[in-house]
Amino acid sequence: MSAPEIPEQTAAAAEGEQAQTGPRRMVLNMGPQHPSTHGVLRLVLDLDGENIVNCQLDIGYLHTGIEKEFEVKTYQQAVTLTDRVDYLAPLSMNLGYCLAVEKLLELEIPPQAQWMRVMLTELTRLNSHLVWLGTHALDIGAMSVFLYCFREREDILRIFEMFSGQRMMTSYFRIGGLALEPPRGWHERVKKFIDIFPSRIDEYEDLLTKNPIWIGRTRGVGVMTLEDMLDLGVTGPMLRAGGLKIDARKDEPYSSYEKFDFEVPTRTESDVYARYQVRMEEMRQSVRIVRQAMDGMPAGPWKAENQHVVLPDREKMKTQMEALIYHFKIVTEGFRVPEGEVYQVIESPRGELGFYVVSDGTAKPYRVHMRTPSFGNLQAVPKMVQGTLIANVIASIGSMDFVLGDTDR
Amino acid sequence: MLPDNLREHPVAAAVEAFDADAVRGGHYDRKELTLETPPAKIVSVCGFLKYDQKFVRLSTVTAVDRYPAEPRFEVVYHLHSLEPYQRLRLKCRVRGEDPVIESVTSVWRSADWYEREVFDLFGIKFVNHPDLRRILLPDEWEGHPLRKDYPVTGTRV
Repeated sequence: MSAPEIPEQTAAAAEGEQAQTGPRRMVLNMGPQHPSTHGVLRLVLDLDGENIVNCQLDIGYLHTGIEKEFEVKTYQQAVTLTDRVDYLAPLSMNLGYCLAVEKLLELEIPPQAQWMRVMLTELTRLNSHLVWLGTHALDIGAMSVFLYCFREREDILRIFEMFSGQRMMTSYFRIGGLALEPPRGWHERVKKFIDIFPSRIDEYEDLLTKNPIWIGRTRGVGVMTLEDMLDLGVTGPMLRAGGLKIDARKDEPYSSYEKFDFEVPTRTESDVYARYQVRMEEMRQSVRIVRQAMDGMPAGPWKAENQHVVLPDREKMKTQMEALIYHFKIVTEGFRVPEGEVYQVIESPRGELGFYVVSDGTAKPYRVHMRTPSFGNLQAVPKMVQGTLIANVIASIGSMDFVLGDTDR
Repeated sequence: MLPDNLREHPVAAAVEAFDADAVRGGHYDRKELTLETPPAKIVSVCGFLKYDQKFVRLSTVTAVDRYPAEPRFEVVYHLHSLEPYQRLRLKCRVRGEDPVIESVTSVWRSADWYEREVFDLFGIKFVNHPDLRRILLPDEWEGHPLRKDYPVTGTRV
């Protein structure tokens, strides 16, 4: 095949530009539609041969104005918006928002609901880490891991479907507890999965941990110092892979995490391989938590006793006048939340997830701001890839495990 | 002036000792400490909190629109210290007309995108910000959607 002919003018212009910036300099546009950016992220790379001189990020392609939308929904309606932010960990988003509003209401949540929340958010963490592992390995060239991961992910999604009727946009946590009574047979279903899952993690590790290609592509790649990460707002497994033992589940426990026994894995190398190791160990720890929650699940109510906030049982609503009135009031007007502001932090699979909720005393939030981990983490990409080779960009950004819905909101 | 009930909080007392004019108020509510500082002092207060009080992380920067009250905007900073483990909310009130506040990117680099987001969605300008452009919306977008006088729905005719 002969080389395509370049029109004379363009060739001359190109030569002129090359003279300005040197023959090896070029600008490469990656995305927004690029298979390995996991969504619509655009990277503008300034290259000197294969070396990255400068990197600029362009986000916002998935901005949907969710924070504005919160202001016109009642507190309970807004739960469904949170699912759509981080669509790979919807239950973590539900939990963060519900906890924030419950803090404003100073509402006591019964133990069963708290433990159920812990169990399901840990399954969400497994779900999210599986998507990360599968796609990250796929980016680097290990096709089969992807297929294995999605096999197990399917089991988790089926468990979610059993609980809430939805595979992904569950909205299963509501202000005051859970949306529905836990379904019959959930224990066997979760047990079946959790009994088999540790051997599946071994399977992934067999494929990757000692694989020379995997090690070659990840060890010593995407290294960042702890100081840089703290200063740039990086959180979650990335910080833990840099040696800092930080985890909101331990440091500021919520939803009775203090009653569970688990470790916070850390590494010190702070490279892509260390982040892989941390997340793999986190999966094993999540399995431990799920097992504890499953075996020790307290009996009792699954939603709070507060007739102003929580919908009455169907039975009561049909037979008692007062319950019917409360039901009508909550559904049509929502409930009033006392004036104030809270910042509730939870540990999402990606890092620190903060909900800043401001109430003016009405039935709709005055302002909701989500401090999403992906937004904070992505800021560090230029620092991470500058001065490295272009082939490492994919491995580096893959190790961040960001979700663009979470970034752009 | 620091409210009397906040004097027992070491951070609040330390900020007042650092600069008595830097605290305009504050409250302790639902186990969260909020301090209000005048916009002119924000960089010096943040520098003090980071280097002296060990608030090594800036968790997030955002804003609240109190339209039609004046000063209209509250710029809200959430700070995080690891040793001792604690969080702090800093607040600055900024006027509604041509809102301006100094950037804290010189203290924490992570403020960069958060301030761009506030600029994009609220139209608050950050002086000395290295790269103040819209971040989520297209460059040619008109208006700032998170302001209370910006409609939630509707099409331009």
